Amino acid sequence: MSKLHTINKSPFDKNSFDSCLTHAEDGSAVLLIEDGVYAAVAGGDVAAKIADASSRLKVYVLGPDLAARGMAEDRIADGVSVVDYGGFVDLAEAHDAVHSWL
Amino acid sequence: MSDLPPIPPDDDEDDFGVVKKFCYVNRKAPYGTVYALESLEMVLIAAAFDQDVSVVFMDDGVYQIKSDQAPEAAGMKNFSKTYRALEGYDVEKLYVSKESMEERGLTTDDFLVDVEVLDHAALSALMAEQEVVITS
Repeated sequence: MSKLHTINKSPFDKNSFDSCLTHAEDGSAVLLIEDGVYAAVAGGDVAAKIADASSRLKVYVLGPDLAARGMAEDRIADGVSVVDYGGFVDLAEAHDAVHSWL
Repeated sequence: MSDLPPIPPDDDEDDFGVVKKFCYVNRKAPYGTVYALESLEMVLIAAAFDQDVSVVFMDDGVYQIKSDQAPEAAGMKNFSKTYRALEGYDVEKLYVSKESMEERGLTTDDFLVDVEVLDHAALSALMAEQEVVITS
């Protein structure tokens, strides 16, 4: 059963990001939204975790939430794809279920 | 003459009385919760009463002063420009945690205001000398 996982908390503030990556099965999709988008910014302490995640999961980040927080798309870690609201809908439609990590 | 009431203070800004050292420590990202906006309003109020105000950005609070924020498209108010107005209220002591900044892959070039970067030890000393510290 294919899953889309969404994470809306900063990886520096809550452990939603860590728990999601620990439990998401290989090949499933992870979409970073709201404060979760901070995990996608390159150069920080979560870089290794993002690199590991993108090697076995499909990792996406919501563009409007990046823009809201002043994070340019060229600062996003390699292996992470930026999607817009329509892309969010497409991801939800393409998977059997959505698992929200609040 | 001696039984006249004391002359009340006039509206001159120097007559608010006691000035305390206030320190606002911001630890949360700007849009996930309302803490950042509420803290900013408290800073402005303290400044309006001519208090000695310091503002610290640490942990996810460093994201509050990230440049180029554009939350309007996500349906939220952009209050980040208000940090730039703090100078006009004589709030000029802005500090950023060095460790928090570096953990998040940020540099001073990422901030929309001029800040002084302090390490943990220096921030501890700064907070220790304050009379009122409000962390949010």
